[in-house]
Amino acid sequence: MIAPDPTIGDPWWVWVIAGPLAAACAMAVFRKLSAAFGLLAGLIIAGLAARLILLVAEAGAVKTEIGGWAAPLGIELMADGLSAGMLGITALVGMIISIYAAAYFRPHDGADPSNPPPTLFWPLWMFLWAALNALFLSADIFNMYVTLELMGLSAVALTALSREPAAVSAALRYLLVSLLGSLSYLMGVALLYGAFGTLGLASLAAELTPAPAALAALALMSAGLMMKAALFPLHFWLPPAHAAAPAPVSALLSALVVKASFYLLLRLWFDAFGPAATAAAALIPGVLGAVAVLWGSVQALSAQRLKMLVAYSTVAQLGYLFLVFPLAAAEGARGTAWCAAIYFVIAHACAKAAVFLAAGNVLIGFGHDRIEELRGAVQDLPVSMFGFAVAGVSLIGLPPSGGFIAKWLFVTAAIDAGQWPLAAVVVAGGLLSTAYIFRFFSRAFAHVTEKHSCCRVHPAMEWSALALALCALALGLTAPPVIGLFQVGPPLLETAAMGGRP
Amino acid sequence: MTTFDALMPLLIPLTSLIPGVIIFMLPEERRTVRTALNLGAAGVKLGLVAVMVWGVLHGHVYETRLPLLPGFQLVLAADALSVLLVALSSVLWFVTTLYAVAYLEHAPQSRSRFFGFFSLCVTSTIGIALAGNLITFLIFYEMLTLTTYPLVVHRGTPESMRAGKIYLAYTIGGGALFLAATAWLTVLVGPLDFTQGGMLGGYADRYAGQLRVIFFMLIAGLGVKAALVPLHGWLPQAMIAPAPVSALLHAVAVVKAGAFGIVRVVYDVYGIRFAAELGLLQPLALIAAVTIVYGSVMALLQDDLKKRLAFSTVSQVSYIALGAGILGPLATLGGMVHLVHQGLMKITLFFCAGNLAESTGIHSIRRMAGVGRRLPLTMGAFTLAAFGMIGVPPMAGFISKWYIGLGGVAAGESWVIAVLAASTALNAAYFLPILHLVWFKEPEPPEAGERPQRRGGLEVHWMLLLPPVLTALLALTSGLLAGAYLSPLWWTRLIVAREYQL
Repeated sequence: MIAPDPTIGDPWWVWVIAGPLAAACAMAVFRKLSAAFGLLAGLIIAGLAARLILLVAEAGAVKTEIGGWAAPLGIELMADGLSAGMLGITALVGMIISIYAAAYFRPHDGADPSNPPPTLFWPLWMFLWAALNALFLSADIFNMYVTLELMGLSAVALTALSREPAAVSAALRYLLVSLLGSLSYLMGVALLYGAFGTLGLASLAAELTPAPAALAALALMSAGLMMKAALFPLHFWLPPAHAAAPAPVSALLSALVVKASFYLLLRLWFDAFGPAATAAAALIPGVLGAVAVLWGSVQALSAQRLKMLVAYSTVAQLGYLFLVFPLAAAEGARGTAWCAAIYFVIAHACAKAAVFLAAGNVLIGFGHDRIEELRGAVQDLPVSMFGFAVAGVSLIGLPPSGGFIAKWLFVTAAIDAGQWPLAAVVVAGGLLSTAYIFRFFSRAFAHVTEKHSCCRVHPAMEWSALALALCALALGLTAPPVIGLFQVGPPLLETAAMGGRP
Repeated sequence: MTTFDALMPLLIPLTSLIPGVIIFMLPEERRTVRTALNLGAAGVKLGLVAVMVWGVLHGHVYETRLPLLPGFQLVLAADALSVLLVALSSVLWFVTTLYAVAYLEHAPQSRSRFFGFFSLCVTSTIGIALAGNLITFLIFYEMLTLTTYPLVVHRGTPESMRAGKIYLAYTIGGGALFLAATAWLTVLVGPLDFTQGGMLGGYADRYAGQLRVIFFMLIAGLGVKAALVPLHGWLPQAMIAPAPVSALLHAVAVVKAGAFGIVRVVYDVYGIRFAAELGLLQPLALIAAVTIVYGSVMALLQDDLKKRLAFSTVSQVSYIALGAGILGPLATLGGMVHLVHQGLMKITLFFCAGNLAESTGIHSIRRMAGVGRRLPLTMGAFTLAAFGMIGVPPMAGFISKWYIGLGGVAAGESWVIAVLAASTALNAAYFLPILHLVWFKEPEPPEAGERPQRRGGLEVHWMLLLPPVLTALLALTSGLLAGAYLSPLWWTRLIVAREYQL
């Protein structure tokens, strides 16, 4: 399955992890140049990710051992289609958010006490990026734990960046949840190591039997990851944390960080835990996901503040992802369901980042984000609001957008699997999201004659929101090659019902 | 098939998509560039459509296929039925653009936004016409919802925002139903292309029950836009939109998209014979008949001119569904040709209502006494179109009613005659009093909010006058010369011959 890496011994793609770490070190020395280093690192990561995607698409999955030490002792990194694709979407969204952040955290003329110094954002973001990339490339469950912990800690620190009481308390809660989640995951890892004597994903997949230890490990690890991925009813920490963080951080958290935990779940359930992940077990995340879709949407409908609305929308949208587990339990729908989840991840990453950036612009422009008082916002921030609208189309799942493709795949998978209630949930979720998105639109696009007091928002911040939204839109037209890339490598392909690789 | 033939179905939507995107980016004050772009693009589209009409007649196959999803393609193809709607919408787009440029001359709202969405709306309609399979149809059908919403709420007043909300609730709901039905059908039989004579006949034994349910889900999803009772509630509300939008909505875009979809589903998805075998046609015909009578009765009760016209649309569009609900070539002919006839007549009526409101400030029917003297040409066009709606020979409306009636008798469904007679009587009852007021009553002095007569010059700006006169003449000639080469009736005969393999 895994082709020998022609570049073993010189694994250039390890720099997607080392690059941001090096940049973080450089920032410690040259504080004033943080943004420049951050953007440079972003460019390098984007370039490497693109190269890796081309390599994987052409030659299949690749792996390497750091320092030349083989698996049981050394650290093994692996990149298949799923890893490379996640790396790519992280690079794309991360790069655009970095551009936004460079404008957001730029030094102001009059020192604004509410704006945190930029020097803290950049190294933390670099740590986060390195952790995300390392997580996507990890080939064993212990490394995944390490990267998960690093990711969680940097995300918590980023949440507290503004130092406001609300942000600090949200960050503390986030910290507790994050630690609890990782701890639960770690216990599962220990159980598995005790029972099977191995940590590698590939060897676990080969040796795992549905023994009690394996089932307990699956339960512990999944529960920990679901907590970190904010699956209902473990979502309580997400809305305050995502709403209180500075705009670029909210975008990073909602678009990328929660997806990383979901990525691990996908890896475990589909790659390693094949035998233990029964249909009955799969029903639990599925039902919780369905409830999350409805509950999150209803909460978003009654949110008073724009960022809170967007954060609850994240809770709802994450719910869709967990529908993949029961759907994939039906043999015929397995491939479609997997593609649906993957496409949802990337479409939501672009769209949600765009929406959070646009909401950040509203907050800066008007000094508040109370939905009722945002009538006519489009007249002051046309580009941001247009970006919000375009990303909203993808979030609702209307064509042409990545969100539509994902929703279509989910609905067909649900019907194919005979899971009618889940198909109904997907459709109902779309209707509810229309309602909460248009609840804001109908105010923002209203015609008002009186002028708002609106500060100028940096054009880079307006246009980066729109750029991300357009990415979400473009994903509606690029499904075959993107899905083809993600399908390179993962073992599920052997049973996939979807069309062959392009 | 030459390269040009393969690109043609893509080029025609692009001639309005690209100008639309450019118009969004044009600054508000670049009026001349915007108008030139609008009219130029509409002209180029007309030219391309003329080539396509010639090509389809001479056996050219116009088809573009783009990969959309693994196993699914976006198919844009021109068969005789698509050409009918494509030709109608490109002609009417041209005249409506002309009208809209003059109509919105002094409006305070953003004209770039208006014309941008206007172009996107036409692009969606063309996409609906050219869609070669159900999923492609679905994509453009949903795009139409999205692109017409900003037009409906263009004025941004509380009433128009409210109308927009109702419009959205209906159409998004219908779209969700249509999506579910399409996904279900696709899971059962795969992404089959539209085929003359239907493509589901072979599945009768296995899925008869499911196919029945799907049929009604599809019709309900389409019935929202086609304003079938009881899904018509949005249409009378949406007439709050500016006159050119109402004209387009009622004649070619939204309402027609729904009716066209019904025709597609009946003839090219199920096939009319198969639909009759499953017993699906009678319920459809019945709903259509109820809608025809109900719409006419409601129209009679309205005093606001645009509201009366809106209810008249509810009634008139259902002739198309009625024609589709009766087995037999004559009824098919009458229903399909009404796609064009209703469009020409209704757009004339809305243009005239717009001119009336614009030049005199009159909105309600009881204030229309004697306006024929002030606006002789406008009201002349109005009269022609109204006679057409009633079905007075030799106007276009007569041709449609005649063939539907003949078809009803031929199929042994004589009750159709009763419906037609009742509707004709009601049509006369709500149009003739208007004509009497307009031509034979003395004008009354203007009330508050109305404008006195202008002295000298044309009755209205020539760009407001030319469109209704032109469309009224088209409605007249397509009735008078119904048997002539390339008349709508002649073209529809071609479709019917192919559909029934005559």
